Amino acid sequence: MLAQLITSFIASAAFGVIFNVPKSSLFQCGCVGMIGWILYYVLVQNEIDSIMATLSAAFVVAVISQYFAKRFKTPITIFNVSGIIPLVPGGLSYNAMKHFVVNDFYVAVQMAAKVFMLAGAIAMGLIFAEVMNQLVIKYNRRKMRLRN
Amino acid sequence: MDEQIPYNEIIDVCLLAGKIMLQNGAETSRVEDTMVRIAAAFGCADSHSFSTPTGIIFSLDGMHPASKLIRVSTRSTDLHKVTLVNSISRSISSKEMTPAEAFSRLKQIENAGMGYPLWVQIFAAFIASGCFLIMFQGQWNDFIWSCIAGGMGFSCLLYLHRLLEVRFFAEFIASLVVGLVAMFFVYIGVGSHLDTIIIGAVMPLVPGLLITNAARDLIAGHLVSGLSKGADAGLTALAIGAGISAAFVFL
Repeated sequence: MLAQLITSFIASAAFGVIFNVPKSSLFQCGCVGMIGWILYYVLVQNEIDSIMATLSAAFVVAVISQYFAKRFKTPITIFNVSGIIPLVPGGLSYNAMKHFVVNDFYVAVQMAAKVFMLAGAIAMGLIFAEVMNQLVIKYNRRKMRLRN
Repeated sequence: MDEQIPYNEIIDVCLLAGKIMLQNGAETSRVEDTMVRIAAAFGCADSHSFSTPTGIIFSLDGMHPASKLIRVSTRSTDLHKVTLVNSISRSISSKEMTPAEAFSRLKQIENAGMGYPLWVQIFAAFIASGCFLIMFQGQWNDFIWSCIAGGMGFSCLLYLHRLLEVRFFAEFIASLVVGLVAMFFVYIGVGSHLDTIIIGAVMPLVPGLLITNAARDLIAGHLVSGLSKGADAGLTALAIGAGISAAFVFL
């Protein structure tokens, strides 16, 4: 578990370096990636479906990114990217590819479909967070208007 | 009254800001939003911006209608520049900058070098590969081999990017290199699990920014750029997969 925490932090921050994220944001990038990955990891360890786990992890990543983006006045993409990277179904797509190569299409197509579902789950997580953000903004505005 | 507003300068500032953002990996919704905001801050409330991943059209309405088109052919990833342009647009919005000042600042950003030196980026890919190996339940004795394979693959990608114009080919060769190096380590007996080594080492090549931007653009209703970026990400993933499969042919 500790190894997972440390490696996911370093991996996300390293991805920040690859995408030329400003030095001052690297630590936050690592944090976002770490939190997202640990959530995913714990959910999968507790035998929750990986699609559900990816969806909730992507959602949490996006919410934290929104908070950081507002707090540090930087584009949200920076934090989103580093947080999403660990959730990308690399292992599964690799296995799908491997089965395609040995002409085991029956298994390969099943795995590829799962990969698409996981990619969709990541996108849906981002969308849910965005919708929630807009709802919160609208709610705050209405509260302001009522107060005035 | 109207004569005081330097329309052409404003258009140039907006287009330059948009171009820098688009070239360095910002989503198109952010590009359009920033351009319209800058124009509004300079006193042109009626402006329209249309950007796709390969070009921007910007036009001002009102008393002096004018529009300009700019073509963006090369794209790279430098989120530091996007952040800088973002902060400039913020200070323009709070009326702290004249158009001329903003233009020269943006020119500086455009011509500035890359954020991190090359060896730092390669080192980051090196470390990231090893970390991903551990995250995907690999074993610590494979750590260094995954690092080396990932670092070699990523440096191969950077080198071929400069050498060739065809990005998918560079990605194909890079993942082929990753596969072959990992197979070599397993063949000579130092690496134990081929699968996890390859998965870890291939992660630095994953088009994470494209996936994120595609999703964000689609959410924002920018269907054209969302779909084209999604297709770009899909093609990149396909190139990586093809490279790994090609490596298996040698097995």
